[in-house]
Amino acid sequence: MNRIEGRVKVTGLATYAAEYPVENVTYAFPVQSQIAKGRVRHVDAQAALAMPGVLTVLSGEDPPPLASGAGELALFQSREVAYRGQIVAAVVADTYENARAAAAVVRVDYDPDDHDVSLRADHPGLYKPDHVNPAYPTDTEKGDIEAGLARAAAVVDVTYETPVLHNNPMEPHAALASWDDEGRLLVYDTAQGTTLSRNTLAKVFGLPKERVRVVSRHVGGGFGSKGTTRPQAVLAAMAARAVGRPVKLVLTRQQMYDVTGYRTPTIQRLRIGADAEGRLTALEHVAYEQTSTLEEFAEQTATPTRIMYAAPALRTAHRLVRLDVATPSWMRAPGECPGMYALESALDELAYALGMDPVELRIVNEPETEPDRGLPFSSRNLVGCLREGAHRFGWEQRDPAPGVRREGEWLIGTGVAASTYPARRSPSKARAVVQDDGDVLVQVAAADIGTGARTALTRIAAEALGLAPERVHVELGDSDLPEAPVAGGSMGTASWGSAVVRACEELKSDGREGTADTTEEVQGDAAFSRHAFGAQFAEVRVSSVTGEVRVSRLLGVFAAGRIVDAKLARSQFIGGMTMGMGMGLMEETLTDEEFGGFLRRDLAQYHVPACADVLDVEAVWLDERDSELNPMASKGIGEIGIVGTAAAIGNAVYHATGHRVRELPITPGKILMF
Amino acid sequence: MKPFDYTRAASAAQAVREYAPGTMYLGGGTNLVDLMRLGVAEPDRLVDVSRLPLDTIESVRDRVRVGAAVRNTDLAVDPMIRARYPMLARAVLTGASGQVRNVATVAGNLLQRTRCAYFQDVTRPCNKRRPGSGCPAIAGDHTNLAIFGASEACVATHPSDMAVALAALEAEVHVTGPGGDRIIPMPGLHRLPGEEPERDTVLEPGDLITAVELPPPPTGATVYRKVRERASFAFALVSIAAVLDVGEDGVVAGCRIALGGVAHAPWRAERAEQALIGGPATGEAFLRAAEAELEQAGPLPRNAYKVPLTRNLIVSTLEGLAS
Amino acid sequence: MEITLQVNGRPRTVDVDPRMSLLDLLRERLGLIGAKKGCDHGQCGACTVLIDGRRALSCLALGVAVDGSEVTTVEGLADGDELHPLQAAFIEHDAFQCGYCTPGQLCSAAGMLGEPGPSAVTEDLLVDPGLTPEEIRERMSGNLCRCGAYVNIVTAISEVAR
Repeated sequence: MNRIEGRVKVTGLATYAAEYPVENVTYAFPVQSQIAKGRVRHVDAQAALAMPGVLTVLSGEDPPPLASGAGELALFQSREVAYRGQIVAAVVADTYENARAAAAVVRVDYDPDDHDVSLRADHPGLYKPDHVNPAYPTDTEKGDIEAGLARAAAVVDVTYETPVLHNNPMEPHAALASWDDEGRLLVYDTAQGTTLSRNTLAKVFGLPKERVRVVSRHVGGGFGSKGTTRPQAVLAAMAARAVGRPVKLVLTRQQMYDVTGYRTPTIQRLRIGADAEGRLTALEHVAYEQTSTLEEFAEQTATPTRIMYAAPALRTAHRLVRLDVATPSWMRAPGECPGMYALESALDELAYALGMDPVELRIVNEPETEPDRGLPFSSRNLVGCLREGAHRFGWEQRDPAPGVRREGEWLIGTGVAASTYPARRSPSKARAVVQDDGDVLVQVAAADIGTGARTALTRIAAEALGLAPERVHVELGDSDLPEAPVAGGSMGTASWGSAVVRACEELKSDGREGTADTTEEVQGDAAFSRHAFGAQFAEVRVSSVTGEVRVSRLLGVFAAGRIVDAKLARSQFIGGMTMGMGMGLMEETLTDEEFGGFLRRDLAQYHVPACADVLDVEAVWLDERDSELNPMASKGIGEIGIVGTAAAIGNAVYHATGHRVRELPITPGKILMF
Repeated sequence: MKPFDYTRAASAAQAVREYAPGTMYLGGGTNLVDLMRLGVAEPDRLVDVSRLPLDTIESVRDRVRVGAAVRNTDLAVDPMIRARYPMLARAVLTGASGQVRNVATVAGNLLQRTRCAYFQDVTRPCNKRRPGSGCPAIAGDHTNLAIFGASEACVATHPSDMAVALAALEAEVHVTGPGGDRIIPMPGLHRLPGEEPERDTVLEPGDLITAVELPPPPTGATVYRKVRERASFAFALVSIAAVLDVGEDGVVAGCRIALGGVAHAPWRAERAEQALIGGPATGEAFLRAAEAELEQAGPLPRNAYKVPLTRNLIVSTLEGLAS
Repeated sequence: MEITLQVNGRPRTVDVDPRMSLLDLLRERLGLIGAKKGCDHGQCGACTVLIDGRRALSCLALGVAVDGSEVTTVEGLADGDELHPLQAAFIEHDAFQCGYCTPGQLCSAAGMLGEPGPSAVTEDLLVDPGLTPEEIRERMSGNLCRCGAYVNIVTAISEVAR
């Protein structure tokens, strides 16, 4: 169905965080560290304070008190600098222009130390974290990898690398904060979850939760970067307290690269052995990643390898190093996305080593139960996706020989990769109440970051109530609503929807109102391995003259439970695949080894796909029934679309050219240097 | 952004009279406003020349005069330009986006600054922005920077597509300024960095470009091709504007090759041109010419790919023009 | 400096700091939040408006430099309650997700539909091409959409361009 908020979005009336009309508003602009490691010796705000319109300068010289003293949000609580770009001061002024101009003249003196910003697989600081995001075991091992490799008919031992990637939602991270006379804090925030943002701000400021309210009615994309509370929310609130007026803070696009998280670069080594029939004899996946000195974020890069293929010997491991960099964080399918890029590329290499069709190779290794824990799958239709996709894509006619199809200067190739993402849910609350006109109001502190949550929840509630969707009104994006988890981990709809259904069920029996808290229900979920699966097919054209790669076709086939809304689902899948194309071909943030921090911090240098890049992209899905998931029988679909796309494209580039680029992105330069 | 005064000039002469150190001329603003917001450009005063009556495209005998304030879009869609200088129309159309082209002026396009990451970041050294501070691009990110004519002080590239076509067309840049009027033949407007990378062009302080004059179109087939990893809305990795005139006898009578994305200025591949003129128009000759040009290339580790890219592009482009 | 603009058909006189972009003027002074700030450097297209009928980036236009211009923002596209055909098509074809690039996409498309001449992908520069999907993709490439709604954006615009 059409998006409920469609009309306000196309008429420009939808209010995003920085857009609420607030009287007497002031503007804050951050000052960022110009060293990557060391200490702030002194912040000289004199010149800035003398500039027109400047109200105050915040810094560690007179640190505004916070209840929590460590991590990315503990602004100005320490003089230590953990990375270049960290916020070390901020100016508040009457206008944006004045705040920004004054921020440029705040003088910060440092005692710099030597920094280390480079991830290497042989870094002496590598360590084994206690767990990986969100709570997976760091390592797993079963069977004997070396023995499996020794008896294999074909072995691949390959290392893949992925760069720093930035979420780059179109809406910059922003906050508009104000305190009322009773000391209550209101923040319009770019948050993927208002409950979590409220709880975080309450903790940082040492306030009871009831005294903080976070509102995020419309969020201009997040892709994980707005899942955790970001410094702009803390800084805006801190500044508003300091000047006694509302404060608006919108990060610049460049600042977003520094302080809103990013996908860790990865170095991934895969060793895979298979017998002559293609059955895996050993599968090992070791990932090397970075985190900061402020906080630990250990991405779950190798975890998809634990569930994908049957192998008698299976080992996965994650090693982390603390560098003088910003803390990496969630970016669309953290773990699964880079991990499956490497696994599915390596599997393509194995298919060539065996002389076997890559679709068949995956089918041959379909496991009966989850390879890691031996749990039954609640449902698993990877094989169905591969077969359906192969049929639709015309895979049967494919000649596997690389580098032989040519139209003029353009080499043509096709590739396939599998896709997967966990189907989880979290406890949520919801309320449904009959209004005076007989329509039903549904309340849940969910967030619509572009996923269509309002629309999906409307359909879910309407179905549960037996009402027309027009008679259901969903209210979300406000922490004063019933508490709900973030829009993240592809579990928004599953989590919120479960609570909405239960609330609606109670309303039906009560006749007037229903409330729900799914904590017990979710804790009681039976032990299954729950995942969505998919198959991605790509056709590329590679210029033999310039190395330019154009993706002429992308097809994704997914098995993701019951699809709540076909129109929204297709958009989610296609959007994820489009972002995956960017990862495959152009997205890359460089780490500045000399000065620390990042380079290419804008959208002219960090390329995301433009309209002209996206030709024929299509997504379809299988009709999958799975009664073990949630009342909607749905699996999350926000992330699976990006998983596997880059591998399918890379495999197609190999098929087109005979060159295997093992470091993303696959740029013309890398193709030409073969 | 540092505070500044703003005034709008009514004529080119008035604009030049208004000039004083610290003054900058504002055209469409698509690069200058961008640089001011970054703190890279910090004028005390802007003299807005975007609405000067320099916005016409006129045929003057066998030449075409393009006013400096003509918007990029209007240049590219002009019927005369499309018919007589398709290479120029094509180059302009590959630059930036429709929104930018609607506003950006011809003079502003020529005078846009490099997109080197260090130049655009005032917190890092850059000899072009802060002479003497160093060039971190040489040891750092120079993936999209120069392979020809760079110096130890600067490896920046000029980002314009239009300027590359104008270099091949041997257009004349008309300038007025405190020192009077003069004409600068392309590709002579832009200079190599040498010891003074802060100077992009040969213009003197207060100089104002008033027009670009196009000589009669060269004889032969022409083409503009731009290479980029994103299909649109991206600066060139390398681009080429080429003219090839092959006689009935199969001998190259005329050849012009201008390259973008490889140097601090649009780069005329003179060695390649000279190698070709008077010789056969064969793939082998094109390859030898390209290699002759690339002998003087000085690639760095991250932009070494531009050597085979330039070679392939020259050969493939000339082959296309010859057939 | 005092400037006067016609914004969505209404004269608006504002005293502005010369540093203020048209985008910030619209958003912070006139309460018109439709034009979005995505990058503030002309690299994303979210701030696209029509200036004197042509699509342009309001982040790169100084307010003082557009004094006297007519500006149309996404708020001015609809005719009262009647959506502009592009707006209706965007809703129908789900041509947006988060909606943040959408006002820029719409203004850009509205301007693009009226732009004559070839584009970078037009084979024959002498012939004004029809708005094929390929032409639309090229002409709309100045408007980035991180949600990846391009496929649907092209479908929606194609429907209106027909």
